[in-house]
Amino acid sequence: MSLPSEVPAGLPAAPEFTEPLQEWHRLHVRMLVVRPLNEGIAMLVPILVLLFTGNGEKWRLIASGVTVAAILSFSYLIWRTTKYRITDDQVELHTGLLTRKQLAVPRDRIRTVDLTSKPGHRIFGLSAVRIGTGQQDVPGTDGLTLDAVTQQEAERLRLLLLQKGVAPRPASLDEPGAEPVPLPESEVISQLDLKWLKFAPLSLSGLVAIGALFGVLSNYADDLGLHPVQDLWEWLFENPSFALFAGFLVVLAVVGLVLSIPLYILQFWNYRLTREPDGTLRVQRGLLTTRSVSVEEQRLRGVDIQEPLLVRAGKGAKLAAVTTGLGSKGESNLLLPPAPLSVAHQVSRDVLKVGNDPTTLRLRKHPFAALRRSVFRHVVPWVVIAVGLAVWAPSWAWPIPAAVIPLAALVGWDNYRSLGNAMDERYLVTRNNSLVRSTVALQRTGIIGWRIQRSFFQRRSGLMTIGATTAAGAGIYHVTDVGESHGLALADEAVPDLLRPFLVESDVDGQAERNV
Amino acid sequence: MSPKSVLLWTMQAAVFWLVLFVPQLVVYLLVRNPPTWEFVLLVATGVVGLVHTAVEPSWRYRVHRWETTPDAVYTLSGWLNQEWRVAPVSRIQTIDTKRGPFQQLLGLSTVTVTTASAAGPVEIEGLEHETAQRLVVELTNTTQATPGDAT
Repeated sequence: MSLPSEVPAGLPAAPEFTEPLQEWHRLHVRMLVVRPLNEGIAMLVPILVLLFTGNGEKWRLIASGVTVAAILSFSYLIWRTTKYRITDDQVELHTGLLTRKQLAVPRDRIRTVDLTSKPGHRIFGLSAVRIGTGQQDVPGTDGLTLDAVTQQEAERLRLLLLQKGVAPRPASLDEPGAEPVPLPESEVISQLDLKWLKFAPLSLSGLVAIGALFGVLSNYADDLGLHPVQDLWEWLFENPSFALFAGFLVVLAVVGLVLSIPLYILQFWNYRLTREPDGTLRVQRGLLTTRSVSVEEQRLRGVDIQEPLLVRAGKGAKLAAVTTGLGSKGESNLLLPPAPLSVAHQVSRDVLKVGNDPTTLRLRKHPFAALRRSVFRHVVPWVVIAVGLAVWAPSWAWPIPAAVIPLAALVGWDNYRSLGNAMDERYLVTRNNSLVRSTVALQRTGIIGWRIQRSFFQRRSGLMTIGATTAAGAGIYHVTDVGESHGLALADEAVPDLLRPFLVESDVDGQAERNV
Repeated sequence: MSPKSVLLWTMQAAVFWLVLFVPQLVVYLLVRNPPTWEFVLLVATGVVGLVHTAVEPSWRYRVHRWETTPDAVYTLSGWLNQEWRVAPVSRIQTIDTKRGPFQQLLGLSTVTVTTASAAGPVEIEGLEHETAQRLVVELTNTTQATPGDAT
């Protein structure tokens, strides 16, 4: 472990020894080992299989040797071609071997800093830094990520990059980086309470994990030329057995329950939500992979209380931030893991710095016609599936979707029950969905436009779906199936003067269409 | 909105349905003893396509509206399902003009106004070139006059 910590000759000196900020830096040398460790674990199995399935034939040894060498030299090339620097105005990253990429982010546009250390990083004391701007996340791109630098450097970057408008920056620039930055005091808003573990089984995370594990395993099986799923399917088609099916479900449920608790601990160990003196909110969590996500408070546009069905039944909820600059990967917007609802409301109140959590406002119900639409939408797909199976599949198949229909109707009804909206001086509140009920409080000043949809059926029932577009979070938050006049009044009131000039005309248009 | 849009939408709809219809027709004519369902599907595609091409463009034309004020851009679009979009001028990020092949043929443009939200682009379809140019200049000027980063 001590070996790579020396900086080889001929490379730029470590950040500590230079006038640091204008110089180009490389990612840490230890990444040579860490990248293969993090990414290569997936490669390990094929290599081992390659090695041990035969009788130690020579070509197998050579093949695995070549693979390992290829991985190592690839990670060397990545390391060699990647450099970054932080100037007075921007963060620059140059990367790529064949396709050179040069990324530059203006420092005053930085909204979030996300530090992630996977186990491989942690063994070597490193951390990956993802820098988020106000731009909405484009799926598949990673934004500006430094993977990876030492943990001290990451911590220094976090403080440096999010510090703005506080003090003239040069003061911090002159500070020699070697000196540990004096940790300013931060205010703890919330931290992990082991009692929250009871929500772990309810969040079904165990089942998700089984799914993921299953996906990985069947991938390997495919590589080895086995097709267990297909075989199982065929076998099941030939010997349909209710007991087997039930047994399978029970085993799945039990394993899911058992797995969910260690998973909760893995993800949320050491969870702390703090308000830092530089005006950011910071979430730290994780047992093996540790994460620290810092969000500029000014950019927080609201909160989202999420209640997955079972967690809701246990009077729990989790809390997510509605903000710009966070990646969509790995729940980076999470403010509170599954915890009691009262805690969620309290955290939401503290985070938004308001006297009363807006999500506890009394929500206005939506018209009865919305119930009809909701039930209809949930039931129809299952009816279609059932009919399809009845026509084209063996006779035992169609009762399964048919049996789901009443459940779907229930979900539709519950979905209608969750619909609601409210407004106070600063926030627009809207609630949607049943399986993961989500109550969003969106800052009214964060609304940057409206999308108002009226489908053919909605127009017949006098309903509309109002979407408030925003730069933060999902980009749009819907008030679903609200009555026309109430909906328009709501939108008009939420952002004064935006909709008003068009309202009269729109109503006329609406009338005209109805008369057509 | 230019009345030529009706023509544009008619062309677009016609092309869409022809792409679905022609291959079916070819298969139907080439295969010996084609099954009945193939014939049914062929006729259904033809009928739906004809009705859609005949009805949708003029219906759409009657629905579509756009308007700009010094403060906001507004559109109403769709036919069966309709959608209003409003974006305040102060939150505009980019203004693009776009012309597809049919649009070039007819001298039409689409002006797309995006905001910082991934969900909120406002598209004004079927504008005459000059109108589009004027609109872009006008919007650009008002947008530039507005301070802030519009998020």
